[in-house]
Order: sequence, then structure tokens, then C-alpha cells
Amino acid sequence: MEQNIIDVRNLSKSFDISSKEPGLKGTIKHFFRRQTKSLKVIKDISFEIKEGEIVGFLGANGAGKTTILKMLCGLIYPSKGSISVSGYLPFRRKENFLKNITLIMGQKQQLIWDLPPIESFYLNASIYDIDKFEAKRRIKKLSEMLEVDEELFIPVRKLSLGQRMKSELLAALIHEPNILFLDEPTLGLDINAQRNLRKFLIKYNKETNATICLTSHYMKDITSLCKRVICVHEGAISYDGKLDLLLKKLSPVKEILIVCSSEEDAIKLENSGFTVKNKNKNEITIKIANNSITSSLKTILNNFDIEDLYINEPPIDEVIGKVLIKKDYEI
Amino acid sequence: MILRKYLKVYKKFLHTSLASELEYKTNILVDLITSILSLVGSIFLLSIFFQNNGNIGGWKFEQALIIQAIYTILNGITNTWFNPNLTEIVKHIREGTLDFVLLKPIDSQFFISLKKINPSGFLEIMLGFFLLLFCIRINQINLSLSFLSLSLITISCSICILYSLWFFISTTTIWFVKTWNAIEVLRSFLYIGRFPLNSFSFSLRVFFSIFIPIAFITTIPSEVFLGLSQLWKILLEVFVASVFLITSRKFWLFALKFYSSASS
Repeated sequence: MEQNIIDVRNLSKSFDISSKEPGLKGTIKHFFRRQTKSLKVIKDISFEIKEGEIVGFLGANGAGKTTILKMLCGLIYPSKGSISVSGYLPFRRKENFLKNITLIMGQKQQLIWDLPPIESFYLNASIYDIDKFEAKRRIKKLSEMLEVDEELFIPVRKLSLGQRMKSELLAALIHEPNILFLDEPTLGLDINAQRNLRKFLIKYNKETNATICLTSHYMKDITSLCKRVICVHEGAISYDGKLDLLLKKLSPVKEILIVCSSEEDAIKLENSGFTVKNKNKNEITIKIANNSITSSLKTILNNFDIEDLYINEPPIDEVIGKVLIKKDYEI
Repeated sequence: MILRKYLKVYKKFLHTSLASELEYKTNILVDLITSILSLVGSIFLLSIFFQNNGNIGGWKFEQALIIQAIYTILNGITNTWFNPNLTEIVKHIREGTLDFVLLKPIDSQFFISLKKINPSGFLEIMLGFFLLLFCIRINQINLSLSFLSLSLITISCSICILYSLWFFISTTTIWFVKTWNAIEVLRSFLYIGRFPLNSFSFSLRVFFSIFIPIAFITTIPSEVFLGLSQLWKILLEVFVASVFLITSRKFWLFALKFYSSASS
């Protein structure tokens, strides 16, 4: 049985935030007497993550996802509670702990802007105490996995965002960490670049059994990578569990568009007791509960003259969107 | 083992920052010309001060030139290491890229203090060094072992004080976010270091010795060169440099506890 690699107990974090009234008067008042208030951004959360798991943190902007990631990797001191990552207290930032983790942020970069990425890789290798030959081997392996080659020798400032992100990943993984914290890694990338990145992360997770904690506003990232999600709402956990269970809970019915062979059949179907969403001539859309899809479809096909039918899944963004604005989802 | 690792990393720092700077050839050329003109301008200014008066505050022109030479060396060191790195701390904190530094298995102070170098500052250090050699000649200074070691100790202490002051101000960015002005004020005070401390009034001498120890930075090493320094002054400079260095280190570690990282 795989053991917990991350253990968080009753974690809270408060920040002092200053606020300013609009206009010149507000600015002058703000300059001379700054009013700050303590804002509790993380409220008493607890969870654990097993080795090799890929967990997605979901939440609206400002919900506290990034703050949680930053506390997990030791950048921010927690106000209350305890965190254990790989057996270490993250905020002590011990050398062995730092050699085990990496943080990748979609909106920030660590590569040296004026030099080709390869220079940053070798610099990182020396910081992580990796000798030249081993660094070369790892760069070769990772660049094959990421499908990058020539771009490693072009100054970073001349690379596209997608190429830069791949290079960022390579720079962040050269020390072969077993815990990856990814904060919106696909931000701003085009569809193909997003897909490639996801493909790489799945491959990396399979090959190394690395644990991945991910935040993203692209639902495709979450659905393709994470079996488990932790939903954060105003600093508290509103749901922690399997993604498919959450989707079933949030979207208990499917919409089925049925094209009947005649309008009479459509009227007959409309009056047969199914929940009808809308009807247009011989086309009718009905709603069926997920747990009775098979039996309901069997009844329809046996009793009505049907030309065609389409099962529509509700858009994932729409479904997950409900989580971001609600407080509690008990499954 | 640790020292070997840090030396290896520093070699990489040198390599990458030199390579980065060499991407912009014209910029380097402009910097080099600026360094030469700045030194010529400073000597010209000093010569004007001494034109009608043979000495200022008990210092002759040839002697004051030593202070100018030490100032030029220190300014070169400032431009080579402190300016490109320590001003970057403000940027790191404002933009949240300090996150990457803190997550590296290496001392964060070492990383942010030495990651970059500005090669054009080397010319200033060399110019200062040549001026110092010239001053040794015109002031007929004997190059004994004790003289060399004392001058090396005092100049090293000056570098430590200068670094600590700058680093201390940059660290406050963790709370105040923008501290460019404070660094500019510090740089302006350093210009004062081009003149002998005795040329200022008593109250200014006290200010520049206690509150902003400019006196320790240039005047004491210059007195060593001229054989005018007393042992207690040298010991005091060593003490002040150690206090500054230790305090700046402790202050950095303390400040990191308050680092909240930039929001994404």
C-alpha cells in the first residue's frame, strides 16, 4: 500500500492586507495612515496525499490554491497547523527536502532571459550537485520526453511561450524531484502545447511515480491528469475526493436528443412520462438520470420508432463552475 | 565538499552572467567609456578643490588621491557585484521570483548576492588599482608585508561594510516592497567617501562615522596606505565590519519569515 507523502493537519494562514479608498483623498489617507486588516486566506484545512498521486486543486481566483501550494513547498510560513512533506517540515527548507521537490509556475520563469535554456540547465545542475555527465544524460532524457531539441540552444527571449514552458519544465526537473508542485502550468499555452504538456506529465508520473499537485483553470488539465481533486472555496476545502464521483454528483442527469421518425412518435414519447427539456417537430430532448440510462434507452428503442439519438454530456467547465461558487460538496 | 560546490556554482554564475552581458556589446562599450570618464571627472573635481589650497583637512592632493583610488576600486566592486545583484532583490520580491531562489538547495543570500556580475565594473577596479599604484609611487610608500596585509584587511572590511549596508536596505523590501530611493540615498552618501573625512565639519564627521560609516569605508584604508592610521582604528573597522556582516545575515534570515511571495 502506498503511504502518505503529504500530510496536512488543521492548516491556517492569515495575511495582513491593506485597503485604500479611491481618489486623491483616499491616497493621501492611505499614505499617512495605512489601514491593515488580518485576512484569513486558509481556514483550518486537513488532507493527505499518497505517493504517486496526481491531485488537482480547484477553486476560483483568490480561493487559496496557490497559497496552499506555496505552504507545501515551504515558501510561506503557516499561521497555524502542521504540514509534513516527505517527512520534512517544508518551511525549514532543508537541503534534502529541496532536492526532493520542485515548483513550476505558469506565470513566472526562472530561465536566464538572454541565454539559451541549456545554460540554465547546467547552472541548475551545479546547484543540485549533479555532475556534468549525469546532467547531460538527464537533459537528453527529458528533452526526448518533452520533444525539444534545437530550441535548447536559442536564447530564451526568442522562444515561443510553449517552447519556454517546456524548457522551464526541464530546468525544474533536472534534479529528478519526486514531488512536483505545478501552479497553472498551461497558462497561456495553445491547445497543442497544453496537450503535449499533459502528455509529458502523465508519462513522467508513470515512469518516476512522482507525486503531482496541480492547480489549473483549464478543466482539460484536471480531467486528463487528476483522478482526485481538492476543491477550495474561500480558503476552506469544499470537496476532497474522486473527480468522477464529483462529476456524477454535480451532474446527475444526461440530456438525450432523440430524432423520431414522425412527429406523432415524438408526441407519444413526450407523453410517456420522461422529463422533457424541449421538443421541436420530430426532435425531442429528454433528461435521464445517470443510473437509469441503459434501461430507459432500452424502453425507448423498443417502444418508439427512432431515427437517431445523441447523448449529451454537460460541459465540464459548466459542471465544475458550480463547485467554485459553492461551499460544501459532501459525497 | 560544501566549499567545492559553492565554488563550482560561482564559476557557473560567472560564466552565465558574462555570457548574458556579452550579448549586448554596445552596452558594455558604453559602460567602459562611462567608467573612464567618471574617474577623469572625479580627479578633475578633486584637483579644483586643491587648486587654491595646498591641503584640505590636513590632506595633500597626492594623499587625497589615495582615497579617490580606493573609492574607485570600491565603486568598481559595487558596479560589478552589488549593483546588478542587490538591486535585483527588489525585483525578485516584487515579482515573486524569489520563490525560485528559496527553493534551491543553496544559501539564498549567496545566490542573490553573487548570481550576476557586470564585467564593465572590472575596468573601474583596474583603473582604481593603477591609480593606487601611482599614488604609492608619488607618496613614496614602502611596500612591506605588514603594510600589504593591513591594507588588504581594511579594504576587505570596507567591502563588507558596503555590502552589508546595501544588503540590509534591499532586505527591507520584504516589508516595504519598494526601496529604490533608500539605495539611491546610500549611493549618494558613498560619493562623499571620495573626500577625506577631516575635510568635513565635526558634526558631519560624527554622522559619517556612526550613522553611515563612510569614514570606515575609504578614509581608514587610505590612512593605512599613508602610515597615518592607528591600531585602534583598524581594530574598530574590523569590529564594525563583522557586526555589519553578521547583522545583515541575521536580518535576512529574520526577514524571510515574513516573505509572503507575490500573488499569482
